[in-house]
Amino acid sequence: MIPADSAIQFDRNGKLKHFLTISGLPRAVLTGMLDTAESFAGFGQREIKKVPLLRGKTMVNLFFEPSTRTRTTFEIAGKRLSADVINLNAARLSTSKGESIIDTARTLEAMHTDLFVVRDSASGAAHLIAAHLPDHVRVINAGDGRHAHPTQAMLDMFTIRRVKGGIKGLKVAIIGDVLHSRVARSQIQALNTLGAEQIRVVGPRTLIPTEIETMGVAATSDMREGLRGVDVVIMLRLQRERMDGQLVPSEQEYFNRYGLTGDKLRYADRDAVVMHPGPINRGLEIASDVADGSRSVILQQVTCGIAVRMAVMATLMGGSEERP
Amino acid sequence: MYDSRQLAAIIEKMAGQINARQLPAPLLVGIHTGGAWLAEQLHPRLDSAPPLGTLDISFYRDDFSRVGLNPEVKASSLPVAVDNRDIILVDDVLHTGRTVRAGLNEIFSYGRPERVCLAVLIERPGRELPIQADIVGQSLQLAGHEEAKLTRDGGRLALNIIDLGKSAP
Repeated sequence: MIPADSAIQFDRNGKLKHFLTISGLPRAVLTGMLDTAESFAGFGQREIKKVPLLRGKTMVNLFFEPSTRTRTTFEIAGKRLSADVINLNAARLSTSKGESIIDTARTLEAMHTDLFVVRDSASGAAHLIAAHLPDHVRVINAGDGRHAHPTQAMLDMFTIRRVKGGIKGLKVAIIGDVLHSRVARSQIQALNTLGAEQIRVVGPRTLIPTEIETMGVAATSDMREGLRGVDVVIMLRLQRERMDGQLVPSEQEYFNRYGLTGDKLRYADRDAVVMHPGPINRGLEIASDVADGSRSVILQQVTCGIAVRMAVMATLMGGSEERP
Repeated sequence: MYDSRQLAAIIEKMAGQINARQLPAPLLVGIHTGGAWLAEQLHPRLDSAPPLGTLDISFYRDDFSRVGLNPEVKASSLPVAVDNRDIILVDDVLHTGRTVRAGLNEIFSYGRPERVCLAVLIERPGRELPIQADIVGQSLQLAGHEEAKLTRDGGRLALNIIDLGKSAP
């Protein structure tokens, strides 16, 4: 049974048409995307790093929130698929949000946009656009408020699969500012769907959402307990810009307790890898020598982002034309 | 229709034709999946021991927006640079010519070969593009509703003619 907020992602033949959330997507859809990404991953070595799959299609990166790596990797991914890519970094008034975002999308759709990649500080923004555009338009959520960031979660799954050989049976710790993290929510859904054995979220109580356990994770505020024996350590950025109020004591104290250092990493499995969706606050949630160390796959995540976003776009756009 | 022994004889004959061309620096490339099987069988029979590669042309198909991506796209692997090479492009059945068109486009995204020869096990009518094979194992006069299908079972190839029914184009 597909949850209500996920049903909009499928067309009437049950094929994925939008990618808004991991929630409600069957395992086969996720593994299909990862397999497709695998075949795009070798592209860097070609003389011409382009395939004609989206030739003649127009893709708009509609970003209402700043972004470097997500927007850039979407842009590169679109260009490698031969789409015409337009970047819009729009700031918008916080009032009458619903209205203005739909109007913006409709205006761009009137210019024959085929695919929207949307980022917004409001949860549900990409859903809203998907619900108000004609049938042939595709929408990818590139991060909405605290809700979801599904392509980031998929590139994390892809990275884990590449370095660990699979997701099934892994123990994963997600550490830090879980409260504000759309990445963490999407990661938890993806890890559960793909069969991770254990997911732990670790952080100060003020930054762990209540009832997070209902998502199928164990929560703790003790780093040692959270890290013990895990195969993958995912650090989250402390989102100070989203904090209105005193949620962390001081940066130094936060680093002392929850910052990932070489010492703390020893609690994890000896082959554990370290991930971070970026951008990194060095010396706040992660020590520089760990971020740049041999266990870190942070830059691999960025590289994998291109192949995974190509796979997502190809999945949504392929077979989208109605048969005559 | 053809069992592995009969196919081996056809493949032997094809290898002889390729050898007769005396290409100076060939690269043997099989198109997934049937063409790759055929290339594997041709490979040990070639005099020059050419490097062996495979192509998955899914990203270059012209029906992507209608039927979508094959969920099991294999990675293309060309072991050497294609620039200035003589490429022997291998496929199982030459029918509409669209697969070969896609294969040529993909090869050119890797570089500029010196020349490309097309070797196919079966040539049949139904071309939709001006493409012809240089080396043909067997010509079959199939009707529009018939399909030649190469299968592999434990390394043994077999070719069957399938009747798709009169309703097929």
